[in-house]
Amino acid sequence: MNSLVLLAQAPREVSYVPLYVIIAYMGILLAMGYLSSRSFRGTSSDFFTASRSIGPVLLLMSIFGTTMTAFAMIGSTAKSFDLGIGVYGLMASWSGLIHSAIFFLIGIKLWALGKRYGYMTQVQFFRDRYQSNLLGYILFPVLVALVIPYILIGLLGAGAVVRAVTMNMFPETFASTQGAVPQWLSGLVISLVVLYYVFVGGVRGATWANTFQTLVFMVTGVVAFLLIAKGMGGLSEAGKIVAEHSPGHLAREGKVTHTQFFTYLFVPLSVGMFPHLFQHWLTAKSAKTFRLTVVAHPIFIMIVWVPCILIGIWAAGLFASGGLTLPKLPDGSPNANAVLGRMVDHLVHSPLLTGVLIAGVLAAIMSSLDSQFVCLGTMFTTDVVVHMSKKDRFSDKQKLLISRLFIIAIVTITYILSLFPPRHVFDLGVWCFTGFGALFPLVFAAIYWRRVTRAGALACVVMTGASWTVFFIDDIVYKDTSYLGKMDPGTGEYLVLGMMPAAVIFVISAVTLIGVSLLTSPPPKEHVDRFFLPAE
Amino acid sequence: MLTTSSYKKKVRVMAVITIIVALLHHDFWFWNDQTLVMGFMPIGLLYHMLFSIASAVLWATTMKIAWPTHIEEWADEFDGPSASNPAALQGDKK
Repeated sequence: MNSLVLLAQAPREVSYVPLYVIIAYMGILLAMGYLSSRSFRGTSSDFFTASRSIGPVLLLMSIFGTTMTAFAMIGSTAKSFDLGIGVYGLMASWSGLIHSAIFFLIGIKLWALGKRYGYMTQVQFFRDRYQSNLLGYILFPVLVALVIPYILIGLLGAGAVVRAVTMNMFPETFASTQGAVPQWLSGLVISLVVLYYVFVGGVRGATWANTFQTLVFMVTGVVAFLLIAKGMGGLSEAGKIVAEHSPGHLAREGKVTHTQFFTYLFVPLSVGMFPHLFQHWLTAKSAKTFRLTVVAHPIFIMIVWVPCILIGIWAAGLFASGGLTLPKLPDGSPNANAVLGRMVDHLVHSPLLTGVLIAGVLAAIMSSLDSQFVCLGTMFTTDVVVHMSKKDRFSDKQKLLISRLFIIAIVTITYILSLFPPRHVFDLGVWCFTGFGALFPLVFAAIYWRRVTRAGALACVVMTGASWTVFFIDDIVYKDTSYLGKMDPGTGEYLVLGMMPAAVIFVISAVTLIGVSLLTSPPPKEHVDRFFLPAE
Repeated sequence: MLTTSSYKKKVRVMAVITIIVALLHHDFWFWNDQTLVMGFMPIGLLYHMLFSIASAVLWATTMKIAWPTHIEEWADEFDGPSASNPAALQGDKK
């Protein structure tokens, strides 16, 4: 243990190798973007849905890469540093069960509807299913507003990792960040690289890049875990450090409440409403293509999350023993988001491997960013510009151009927003996921409930948006004097009646949808029949 | 086949099994157990790793038993207006 304390505190010579590895990784992504552009067929259909040609392995990797972001690597490590092992049960094991359920029950059906009726975006589907143009205009800004924070999570998470690993590299150039590459520069480089390969390849470029990135972050995550374990003196030694200095992290008592643990199940429902995931579902070659994704997804989550959770609790033990230093937040508390970067920096003594591991973290983050950028570009083009124009107003080439211009605009806006970061990246993410999860009844009813009506759907979206806003303001603006919920002293989470806000807003959403639908006239049978298999 | 009663029965069985698996997520029996299995793996974390594996097995079984066999043929059929024919997507825009 003493050797670890000395190691963490000893001044070490600065190596630029990790930075070179990160640059090389970015170079590979640019090369992949160039290669994917050579397969690009030059049509908007290929740009938006890869001509519905993606096979099982690419679908698995792209969907998994899209659902995993800074949340999975930075957030989980940070959260387990704060709350211990309960974080895995909260997010990972619930997600394994529920994500796969959604891929099977929602994804396959939406793929079939998308192929049958030629949808390219979620809003197109909802407009058609609920026979409501207005619903599209209400839903569109809601979805965009929820995706943008999600993008910010990625950019901020990437900045935190790059900053941690490049500390003291440029003491004169970046004196204000202790010589580390600042957020504005790392965010700019990452945004430009992602922009390039989605600009030239569309969703196919994102899918190819996601596959490479998923491989990188899964392999490097496991390697990071093994190397950090070795750096701590072995798995048993790491376990002893936690048991001795921070035993509470090995269980859940006092860190996660029972109600919170159960009601977290409403958060992973969010994947059913992610517009970027909807777009990936549409790329599948056939329904059978989904099979591998449905089965392998929980296992892949386990492979990525378990090492991160263990690294987080080991860091808590090390920190409690004085063997790990962390940058401090303005209130003096340790910056949990820097845990993974610091653990790699302190315990993996190979600059080359440190660089590879950081590239893995960036891969997890960028594999979501790309899909989100393509998705927003597709939505702006299809759901706003083309939808509001006369039929055949735009040629296919013009649609492509519009989409690319929108992608540039979105990247620019989100980059600027990332320069004014909120305090805790993970909490921001939970609110974003809460909104998507609360809208889940809208998609579920569209597929499985014939009686749902246009009025029910409209009321559902309005009530979900209103209640989400109220709880969000109560948590963020009135943080110290929240009126509707309260901050749980053990977990530091904002809870309503002891539950995750996602559960409460979900109930409001579902009750509104069902209640208003039953009070209004059912939709025409011949219209509803279009969305159900003959035997259903 | 979607129309057969045996298919519907299998779907119901899988739904019940899924609910049971979901309930097993709440392992209150390991809530305050700090045991380290093999000296490093917290028992609560190990349980949830096994839960993840069980989820994969559950969905593999579900797809084997309750796969919507006709969905691909249905997806390939053209059923009137589509997104490529924007008239279908105008909804209540008159």
